[in-house]
Formats: sequence, C-alpha cells, structure tokens
Amino acid sequence: MAAAPKIQLEVVTPQKLVYSEEVDLIEGPAIDGLIGILPDHAPLVTAMQIGVVRVVKDGEEIQIAISEGFMEVQPDKINLVVRTAELPEEIDVDRAKSARDRAEEKLETDHDNIDFAKAEAAYDRALARLKAAGHHDHGYDRL
Amino acid sequence: MQNMRDIQRRIGSVKNTQKITRAMKMVAAAKLKNAQDRAEDARPFFNKTVEVLRGVFTRTKETAHPLLAEREGGRHLVIVITGDRGLCGSYNHKVIDLAEEIVEAEEEVSLMVLGRKARDYFRRRGTDIMAEYIQLEDYPGYGFANNIADEIIHHFQAEDVNKVSMIYTHFNSAISQSVKKMQLLPVEKFAEEAEKTDEDAEKMDAETPGEDGAAKNYVDYIFEPSPAEVFDNILPQYLINVIYSALLESKASEFGARMTAMDSATENANEMIDKLTLKYNRARQAEITTEITEIVGGAEALK
Repeated sequence: MAAAPKIQLEVVTPQKLVYSEEVDLIEGPAIDGLIGILPDHAPLVTAMQIGVVRVVKDGEEIQIAISEGFMEVQPDKINLVVRTAELPEEIDVDRAKSARDRAEEKLETDHDNIDFAKAEAAYDRALARLKAAGHHDHGYDRL
Repeated sequence: MQNMRDIQRRIGSVKNTQKITRAMKMVAAAKLKNAQDRAEDARPFFNKTVEVLRGVFTRTKETAHPLLAEREGGRHLVIVITGDRGLCGSYNHKVIDLAEEIVEAEEEVSLMVLGRKARDYFRRRGTDIMAEYIQLEDYPGYGFANNIADEIIHHFQAEDVNKVSMIYTHFNSAISQSVKKMQLLPVEKFAEEAEKTDEDAEKMDAETPGEDGAAKNYVDYIFEPSPAEVFDNILPQYLINVIYSALLESKASEFGARMTAMDSATENANEMIDKLTLKYNRARQAEITTEITEIVGGAEALK
C-alpha cells in the first residue's frame, strides 16, 4: 500500500495537540450518526458527539476516545477540535470504570433533569474511554 | 541617638516588606509556570477553532443563524477579565482603561465583570453590571467558560443585548502582556480580531490567501446534517473555546505581571536597605566621633 492517498488528521483539545499524523481513514460519531472520512473527501463540517473515533493508519487501527466538539474536513486535512481526546494508552481504565459505575448509579436513582443529563454525558464519556482502551466487551459499535 | 534607632526601625520594616514581596514573587512564579503551560497548551486549540470557523465562513454562503444576526444599535455587553487582587503592576489598570474607553464611547452598555478589581472599579463608577464573577480560580476550568458562554448566548438570543465583546489580556511572556478586545457576538464572519492575536494565525493566513483564493479551491462545504444544526453545535462551542482561552491567557498574564511587579519591589527594597544601612553607619560614626570629642574635652578640662 505504498502510494495509497493519505489524509492529515489533527486532533486538538484545550490541553494539547493529541494526534497529528497522516492516516488512511477515520470513522467517528457525528451528531447525526457515524461518519467515515477517506482521503480526498469533499469539504465538510459537522459537530461531533461523545464516542470513539477509529483511525486507520498503515493498516493499523487506533481508537481515540473523544467528547463533544466539531470536525472540519478538507480533501487533504481533517481538523478534529474536541473538548477531550485520549489515545488508548493515555486512558486510566480504573478511573473510567469507577466513573461509569458512579454515573450508572446516578442514572438509576436520580431523575432530576440537569443531573440526569450530566450523568448521562459522564456515562457516555466513561464508556467511550473504556471502548477505546479495549476494555469493553464488544467490538466497535456506536454509543 | 534617636536618629539611629529610627533608621534601624525603618530598615527592619523595609526588610519585612521585602520578605512579603519576595514570597509573593515566588508564589506568582510557581503559579505562572503552571498557568503559562496551560495557556500555551490551549493555543493550538484556540487557533484551530478560529481557523475552522474562518474556513467555514470564507467558503460558504450559509450564514443565517441567530448567533450571527447583526442588529443595529441596542445594548453592548462587555466582558471584562481582571484579577481579584492588586499588587501586579498595571495588569488590572490596563484592562480597566480599555473597558472604560468602550463604556464612554457606547450609549447603552452593560458589563459582565470577572475579577474583583473590575467589579469594584465599575461599581464605584455606577456602570451597569449585568453579572459578576469574583474569586476566580487560579486555573479556570472549561465548565466555567461554558457557563459564561451559556449566559451571553441567553442574553443575546433574548435580545437584551445586541453585541457582546470581551476584554482580556494576552500573555506574550512573563514581562510582556497585551490587552485585547474581541467581539464575541454576533460571531464575526471572519474572526478577524482573533486572527491578529497570534503568530500562528498569521502563518495560517499565508497558507490560505484570503477569501477569493480559498473560494476557488472549495466550492462549498457540506454541512452534515444541515447548516442550521452544525451552527447550533459549533457556534456555542466556538464561544466556549474562545472564552476558555481568554481566561487562561488572562490568568497567565496576571501571574506574569505580579511576578514582575514583585520582583522589582524586592529589588527596590534592597536598594532602600542599602541606602538606609549607609545612613545608619554614618550616624553611628558621627556618634562615636562625638563621644571621643567629649571624652577628650573632659580629659582636657581635668588638667
């Protein structure tokens, strides 16, 4: 796959530039569903939701856990601007697990509107992290 | 005699003050390190946010959204970011001066003040303060920026205000900070003011040679799923990101300004101590001389 076209992916968060590489394809959770981008994609803008972005680079797959943000696609470049993004090796699995359990508990007991939405978001984030870290039962499916 | 004790007392008090300024300097330096890292780490994020939005606006005609609506006249809301405490040189003053200028120039103006210094100043002056946040954290969180963004969006959509700007301090280095004004709402189509704030942004400028060149390359953006929904998501996030960055920059600037101010205060105290010590030694010498003269005089008298 020597001369296969690539696309530059940049993932930025307020903390740092998380990822900046030439990749073969990415697939991630946009607000209206899973979206996949290949090199030479038409210019596109969309908002992202909490979930896992799957990146394929030189035949290898990397999963990045992201939370809300947006994505701009140009034929040779993807800008993924999100609130948080973590590579699998950066994810603290124990922390994500306890966050998931806490959120789960809240979701069962607390039905107050604001807290419910917050807990739901926390639950989604924790789940995305666990998936990206490969600590979730199934393969890839959208949150 | 009296003189000598006075001088000694003054030296003591200057030394005490110096201890305080030195401690403050060290605290500021430690916090600066942290705040500076955060601010600098957030810059790529800020630049990307602005870049994406600029890209969207330069390449599409889809610009109908409530947060982009320009309305004539009306109330202008100014967000003013200062520190809670003084002893940081001209940091607070510079921000307040610029805010003051805008307040004077506008007919209807309200303020949202962040930091006790700005609040105290404008409260004394009787300027309308719509909201105030004091005792800001040293390292402001994303959630705080989120709250502020929600609040201004609410006011803007309720048409309480027709324009929202923000005054903050951009951190260049520990000894150099510059006050910036940025329009938040309606969201500027090209985010021009933000673009000038950074070298990176200038580089970016060179790559995308303006509206015409870019427009030729890209006919139109696809908005997934629709322009309205994308703007609904992106614009508030843009605001949060920009406010968050401004908070970080301002905090880093505050610590930088304080560190510099306290450093020169410590320096000045040193100088003062040197001068006073010299004065003290002279006074002591003078006294010894007087005593010797007296003894010699006394001995002479006995002969």
